[in-house]
Amino acid sequence: MNKLVQVKNIYKTFAGLNAVDGVSLEIDQGQFFSLLGPSGCGKTTLLRLIAGFEKPSSGEVVIDNLHMEGVVPNQRPTNMVFQNYAIFPHLNVEQNVAYGLHKKRLSKVEKTKMINEVLDLVGLSGFNHRAASAMSGGQKQRVALARALILKPKVLLLDEPLSALDKKLREQMQLELRNLQRAVGITFILVTHDQEEALTMSDKVAVMFDGQVAQVATPRELYEKPISQKVASFIGAMNFIDGKVIDSKNVFTVESELWGTFTMTRSQMFGNPSKTVMTLGIRPERISIGTASKTDAASVSGIIKDAAYYGETTNYKIQYGTKGATLNVSEQNSFGQMGYQIGEEVQLKTDLESLIGFFD
Amino acid sequence: MSQSSKYLKIFAFIYLIFLYAPALLLPIFSFNSSQIIAFPLTGFSTHWFKTLFYQETLHEALKNSLIIAVASSCLGTILGVFAARATTRYDFSGKQITLTFILAPLVLPEIIVGVALLIVLMQMGLSLNLWSVVLGHTLLITPFSILIMNSAFNNLDISLEEASLDLGETQFGTFQRVILPLVFPGIIASLLIGFTLSLDEFIIAFFLTGTETTLPVYIWSMLRFPKQLPTTMALGTVLLVVSLVLLSLSEYFRRRTAKSNASVE
Repeated sequence: MNKLVQVKNIYKTFAGLNAVDGVSLEIDQGQFFSLLGPSGCGKTTLLRLIAGFEKPSSGEVVIDNLHMEGVVPNQRPTNMVFQNYAIFPHLNVEQNVAYGLHKKRLSKVEKTKMINEVLDLVGLSGFNHRAASAMSGGQKQRVALARALILKPKVLLLDEPLSALDKKLREQMQLELRNLQRAVGITFILVTHDQEEALTMSDKVAVMFDGQVAQVATPRELYEKPISQKVASFIGAMNFIDGKVIDSKNVFTVESELWGTFTMTRSQMFGNPSKTVMTLGIRPERISIGTASKTDAASVSGIIKDAAYYGETTNYKIQYGTKGATLNVSEQNSFGQMGYQIGEEVQLKTDLESLIGFFD
Repeated sequence: MSQSSKYLKIFAFIYLIFLYAPALLLPIFSFNSSQIIAFPLTGFSTHWFKTLFYQETLHEALKNSLIIAVASSCLGTILGVFAARATTRYDFSGKQITLTFILAPLVLPEIIVGVALLIVLMQMGLSLNLWSVVLGHTLLITPFSILIMNSAFNNLDISLEEASLDLGETQFGTFQRVILPLVFPGIIASLLIGFTLSLDEFIIAFFLTGTETTLPVYIWSMLRFPKQLPTTMALGTVLLVVSLVLLSLSEYFRRRTAKSNASVE
């Protein structure tokens, strides 16, 4: 795979604080790559470093084997879609889209052809003469996309492009962006704080906290094998239970309040598994409420403390044990069935193979 | 309407009348046929306005005023554009202090500014002519221009400039194609306000003018001649109306800057 974008040990300091604290990444040609993390984790700064709007305090950016040191944004093979779209309010759609073609020696016919092609690509055919101020957020975003794509950049950078849209439109745009990327084959680097968005659209995701990359993996890997508790709780919901390693010869023998003693394999462990004290993690949908008998080893008794209905699923908070600890369990709602009531005593069955052990 | 806001409106109304009613005497007596400025009014006449066309010295003064007004409003606006861009886009040491000093003429008594400039120019050995007045007026206009342009630049989203650069445009090209069109109403407002300020300005012009007079200074000199008084008042009326029109236009454009840039989202 051709490494199109390389970020090598980059630091960026603002007023004594490291916004980007030693990041190294490699992004393949044609990949949909996302930078995911909470506000302030440095993902936007990193994007701007790649675009050239910020200069690294140390480290370097390499795009297509060319060092980007000293290269200003208008010379880089990148184009950016800004968070607030940055559509020029005094120009119409066509003028906005053709903005970057101004310097290029193209005939009017060629330009018009390119404009109409790209407008078609983003679903805005016929909008050529619409005024910039007369468009909705979603439409402005498509203009911003068209404006960037018409220049055929090697890398398209997107700074939280969907955050200002309402949920339905956001979900629709997620799929459209994904399909668009596949259609044009350009490398996309997207910044978002929405983990659902990152998982839906990306080939690979880099999770960032406090200026550093915590994990780079495919969406599935991130969800099923998060490398630390922090990553685990950021991507989806996670239950954490204390555990203790009793034996670690071939397989790990683990003891915990909830499931007694059981075994786990090395692939389920993250961090340094030489310690005995550890934290077990399990996703809410990997626990099911049912009528498992009390003799089943992995069965847990609990009382429903809270129930939140989400249409497709219901999230239950179930109290177990004697110290008032709770588990979050997500159940698919079957049509016609009432679900479990608060105060009801239930038996929980756990898929032990999807347990993750954290030593951090 | 609540009690307090009703009294406030009445108070504001009375205040404005007290402030501006005397100015209404100008047009009243300009159209009065009698040469004596006193009540009762004798009749309606546009005679005094016609006499304005025959005063040679008035035409000279008007020409000078126009030259000074155009020159100083242009200079003041250019300086204001650069200063506002620096203030809103860059951070540098001493920024606050520099800005305070530049804005000082807004609050300093004009007579002090006039005398000070006179002393400085004399020390530098420069003769007093139209250009010394341009200098003085530019000093006065620049702070106004900065205030207007500051607001225009603040309303201009920085991501628009970044987008332009990202799309391959140069800094200068960005200024031409994005920044200038969007702050243009602010520039017009600044030019108009500067022009009006300079046209009406008396004190600094009085101190810094040599043999060439400006319109306000001319008016002041004509007050010695009671027979000329109605003509002078007619001139005053014209000046009043022109100033009002220009200021209204200026305000219209100033509001357009705030609106046009706010539609970026």
